[in-house]
Amino acid sequence: MDSRFGRFWLAMGYAFLYIPILTLVVLSFNESKLVSVWGGFSLKWYGVLAKDEAVIDALFLTLRIAFFSATAAVILGTLAAFAMVRYPRFFGRTTFSAHLNAPLVVPEVITGLSLLLFFVMIQNLLGPVEEWGPFLTLFKNTFGFPEERGAFTIWAGHASIGMAFAAVVIQSRLIEMDKSLEEAAMDLGCKPFQVFYLVTFPQIVPALLSAWLLTFTISMDDVVTTAFLSGPASTTLPVLIMGKARLGLDPTINAIATITVAIVACAVFAGSLYMFRQEKKLAAEAAAAYRDAD
Amino acid sequence: MNARNAQADAGFVRIDRLTKRFDDVAAVDNVSIEIAKGEIFALLGSSGCGKSTLLRMLAGFETPSEGTIYLEGQPVSAMQPYNRPINMMFQSYALFPHLTVWDNIAFGLKREGMPKAQIEERVEEMLRIVQLKKFVKRKPHQLSGGQQQRVALARALAKRPKLLLLDEPLGALDAKLREETQMELKNIIKNVGVTCVLVTHDQDEAMTMADRIAIMSEGRFRQVGLPFEIYETPNCRFVADFIGKVNLFDGALTEDAPDYCVVTTPEGVFYVNHGVTGTEGMDVTVAVRPEKIGLSSSAPTDTSRNAVTGTIVTNSYYGSASIYHVQLATGKRVLVSCEHSSRHDEHFQRDDPVWLCWEPESLVVLRS
Amino acid sequence: MSAVTRIVGDLRQGWGRYTVIGVPYLFLIVLFTIPFLVVLRLSFSQADGASFADLTSYTDGILHIQIKLANYIYLATDDLYAETYLSSLKFAAINTGLCLFIGYPFAYFMVRSPVSMRPALLMLVSLPFWTSFLLRVYAWQGLLDDEGIINGLLMWVGIIEEPIQMLRTSFSLIVGMVYTYLPFMILPLYSNLVKMDMRLLEAAKDLGCGPLKAFWLITVPLSKNGIIAGSMLVFIPSVGEYVIPTLLGGPDNLMIGRVLWDEFFANNDWPMASSVAVTMVLLILAPLVIFNRYQSQTGGDR
Repeated sequence: MDSRFGRFWLAMGYAFLYIPILTLVVLSFNESKLVSVWGGFSLKWYGVLAKDEAVIDALFLTLRIAFFSATAAVILGTLAAFAMVRYPRFFGRTTFSAHLNAPLVVPEVITGLSLLLFFVMIQNLLGPVEEWGPFLTLFKNTFGFPEERGAFTIWAGHASIGMAFAAVVIQSRLIEMDKSLEEAAMDLGCKPFQVFYLVTFPQIVPALLSAWLLTFTISMDDVVTTAFLSGPASTTLPVLIMGKARLGLDPTINAIATITVAIVACAVFAGSLYMFRQEKKLAAEAAAAYRDAD
Repeated sequence: MNARNAQADAGFVRIDRLTKRFDDVAAVDNVSIEIAKGEIFALLGSSGCGKSTLLRMLAGFETPSEGTIYLEGQPVSAMQPYNRPINMMFQSYALFPHLTVWDNIAFGLKREGMPKAQIEERVEEMLRIVQLKKFVKRKPHQLSGGQQQRVALARALAKRPKLLLLDEPLGALDAKLREETQMELKNIIKNVGVTCVLVTHDQDEAMTMADRIAIMSEGRFRQVGLPFEIYETPNCRFVADFIGKVNLFDGALTEDAPDYCVVTTPEGVFYVNHGVTGTEGMDVTVAVRPEKIGLSSSAPTDTSRNAVTGTIVTNSYYGSASIYHVQLATGKRVLVSCEHSSRHDEHFQRDDPVWLCWEPESLVVLRS
Repeated sequence: MSAVTRIVGDLRQGWGRYTVIGVPYLFLIVLFTIPFLVVLRLSFSQADGASFADLTSYTDGILHIQIKLANYIYLATDDLYAETYLSSLKFAAINTGLCLFIGYPFAYFMVRSPVSMRPALLMLVSLPFWTSFLLRVYAWQGLLDDEGIINGLLMWVGIIEEPIQMLRTSFSLIVGMVYTYLPFMILPLYSNLVKMDMRLLEAAKDLGCGPLKAFWLITVPLSKNGIIAGSMLVFIPSVGEYVIPTLLGGPDNLMIGRVLWDEFFANNDWPMASSVAVTMVLLILAPLVIFNRYQSQTGGDR
């Protein structure tokens, strides 16, 4: 009884989690614009999407911001994780850890609002950038900041949120890593930086990768903070979708969703296949090792 | 070897009044010792006694709060671990999981900037010493526990360190493998001739592997000596109790001569064939090992032996020996171990009345 | 000599240490602390758009500090805001309760599944994280719309004749929130329950507990930390939720995140939006502080 009820509960739970996603996929192939009418199989919404330059532009902007903010977040998150794990005592450590975890609990509306006001304040304080010399002018010409908000301000916001998430992932890997590996490296003649790139780095690569993917996804996905930080010329894909969704149902969103799901599904499938093979290989090798142990 | 060299060899490693405090708690408390060249020196103690902290100071992972470590007369305690001619075999081996056996062993040599041909030669030599030639291309997870241990040893020896540190070298192996490995490890170290400090909580490991043992507790050395000395003539209650099994009788010193003494305890008056530097009437403890006690059903004829009566409480037969718990008239329980050297040895059962007797020379008087 | 080498060594190590701690710290201060202080300051200003009237001025040798509490007084006295805060807390609490009700048995049955199946089950729970949250919320629009899939299905079966209004009601808001936050409840519960020693349940049965009693007396108390962690992970972000109430909620479902947004973008009242934000942080801080205190207490017990 226990197990039959359990299976039922699990099945219902997974249905709840997956049916909405599946409906998006199915509806993206619906000829009809109406949700409740099946107008036949069609790829027409994908065609509409491909011709929609606003969507394409937004997509590339989103990818670009996500790439750079994930990279920055992982670098900063690695440093922060090291600070937390390797230095049990430093001035202001409690404050540091509170700061580091804050973006995980503070609602996005607040992060977005505070960053926006901060950028506006800098803009007001600096005034016309040209008066501050060639360096800031070059900065403005490259990033558009502080003259106006856009890709740069979004990047900064996403990097600071992503850093918190990256730090959590990397921290947990660092904690479970055998500290004596680093000591062994030092014992065998590695200077501190050599210890990092010869021993620690190879150990945490998987964590860095998953932290990067996570922060990339968070950036790709973010609506609220982005809406606060974006300027007129910088609409990201989620902001665009949000705008469309507020106006009601739009079949092109279904097509976007289906493409996302397909990419994620492929990545997950490839990833788990790789992990499965790797695990099998490891198991076989370990078994062989014990067989011919002398 | 002339006298001068012998002198230098005796103090090859010199630890001078070394103290390490964590938050005002002394993990290692004013420890001094000299270790000779080629010696295997064991630090034995239960967890938290400071033995690991001492080892980590030798390796350079902890900085001493006070005191200095000298290696061949040179102070090394201010050197970074990566500059010290000291290598360590870690408790969990700490083999780099992303490198092969070969790369693990060559790791330290590459950091030294040794020429490639020479590295190959040295790694080859190490692989021969630990008999792992077949496994060069394997990664650590593809090795059994015993093989991993040998890779760790080869890696630590590859740089020809002046001092080898072993942190619980057999702790990660199962009991059966441990015994064989113990002897093998000792052989390799003795053949290579490297000076070695070994940390362990396992007294059998310390006894079989080490030339000399230091018993540590609460950051201090309680006794330093040959394994034989530590077992047969412990210098305090703690050491007597820590190494092997022992029966302790508290009493008072009633007679003290240069070559014998008498201790009066509630269980009886015991004659001991060594003198004690102390005053008559002082509180002392008499220690006797279980295997030094003889059991018989009748009173011993030799009156020079110490003898008391008691009743068997439990008897356990182990084949080669029997272990008895005997209750004395005072209620004190004594542990007796009888080796069965003959098939017709007397066996005692529960509630049998027995005589326990032992030679005056089997006793040790402990003053603390 | 040795002292010199030691000092040089310390400095060299110190350089790495300062970088590792300093760089992320600086980044956090610039992009988190200072912006929040800006909000805090602005919340005490008047509603004059984007300008920053100075709160402090130094005239005639006297330091003047002006704090305008007008925004806070308005927040405290206006019924709309009180109602909004209360209703945010209400929806967050309902959401947390429902997630726990659905998620606890879910996590429990995941743990009781064969070991070989667990990784797949776990992956299926965390998979939705990787697809866009916005798109998943949007999907409910299509499901719950008057002309949506559920209404269409119900009318086709003949259970109803007229479509029921589900979208833009409290119902759709709660469904969307539970749907979004359920994995946040399941994952910590799972990782807590999976560590539990199953022999404890056998011991309880051996001592005369029925399965339900054993569950209630052994499993539930032992998973207390998982329940708390999951509840915090659901409750805190759902208080400040903006996307779900905007896409799925009705006009009368007041949520604080949405009010802040409107205050900012529609009314252009930045100081007011700042005051709302500060109050919201205080609202969220309270359960966090209690949680931390609780954790340090239980941490001391063990």
